Amino acid sequence: MNNINVINSLKLMGMGMSAIFVVIIVIYLVVNLMLKLTSRKIK
Amino acid sequence: MDFLFDGITQITWQQILMWIIGGGLIYLAIVKNLEPSLLLPMGFGAILVNIPMSGVLNQVLPGIGEVNGIIDWLFEVGIESAEMMPLLLFIGIGAMIDFGPLLANPRLLLFGAAAQFGIFATITVATLFGFSLADAASIGIIGAADGPTSILVSQVLKSNYIGPIAVAAYSYMALVPIIQPIAIKMCTTKKDRMIRMTYNPKSVTRKTRLLFPIAVTIISGLVAPASISLVGFLMFGNLIRECGVLRSLSETAQNDLVNLITLLLGITISASMKAETFITLETFLIMGLGLLAFVFDTIAGALFAKFLNLFLKEKINPMVGAAGISAFPMSSRVIQKMGLEADSQNHLLMHAVGANVSGQIASVIAGGVIIGLIPGLM
Repeated sequence: MNNINVINSLKLMGMGMSAIFVVIIVIYLVVNLMLKLTSRKIK
Repeated sequence: MDFLFDGITQITWQQILMWIIGGGLIYLAIVKNLEPSLLLPMGFGAILVNIPMSGVLNQVLPGIGEVNGIIDWLFEVGIESAEMMPLLLFIGIGAMIDFGPLLANPRLLLFGAAAQFGIFATITVATLFGFSLADAASIGIIGAADGPTSILVSQVLKSNYIGPIAVAAYSYMALVPIIQPIAIKMCTTKKDRMIRMTYNPKSVTRKTRLLFPIAVTIISGLVAPASISLVGFLMFGNLIRECGVLRSLSETAQNDLVNLITLLLGITISASMKAETFITLETFLIMGLGLLAFVFDTIAGALFAKFLNLFLKEKINPMVGAAGISAFPMSSRVIQKMGLEADSQNHLLMHAVGANVSGQIASVIAGGVIIGLIPGLM
């Protein structure tokens, strides 16, 4: 077992999950914005 | 006449074991109907490449020199050079996915993100077993529950274990109906599983459906540029589907393209199933770690839903969180079935489908993020 690899894997976990959540939350906000904008036009 | 016995005399016990493994994969495909479109070509390919002096592999013939074999060539061109096959498959997958249930209830996007935790937890466990970070990441990505992503990431990271990783990814995807119920029951109570969710979808206009793939591509590309080939091809396929003016191309992508690539992908992957590299202790470890990745994913999704429930008035059924893995549509069907088992009036299908397609997006983002981050950590 290589301790450096284990530590790096934990770093990867932190950075990776943060990156995924950032992308998903931005997509979530954009989708909500799109839904609002397009539904306004229908009215 | 000695040449007639050359093949027989060169057989090794490892090659015979690979024939048995190949036969096992063919059995699972035909008799058990588990991912037959992938497991059958992989099983047959495992037999093909493990015949002594097999002509499907590159070899040096005395007096002639190097002769190219078709399976090695397919692997070099279709996977090794630019990951062509898995990426083209994503166009077809994108064309098949209806993001409507997700767009109608966009908060389900969060479950796709949460359920990717299993990938990273498995990477850490794999490093504890002594795998290098690149190999551990290639093993962890089995938790993406997405065969093409697993193949692509392990190839980009130059993992030595692409064969076992592909076998594990496709086998466990087929076993989602067995794995997920066990994992869900480990982390939820019957009361949790009985939570009913009302379905009040927002209206989704055609404009939103058209803008969604473009927006996702740009956002993913800006935040995680390494994910752009995966996300971009997935969303390109979806745009072809949603644009409404390319019906013929959309149908071709959904049927002919997917069938053709699937047919070749399985047999091409067998290039990495040569006995000398496949019959190792690491292969068994990878199979175990792959299973762990699916279990971690499911538990992470369910626990994330339980966490959100601490702050929400309208509770979310934790099983919907577990549907945030990419195995579409098996996972949503499993959740619908389990919901009805807990309460015969509990229909969770549309929520589960939304979380499930979110998992499809999040898993390709996870693949891209890993490809982007690993070089900086090595």
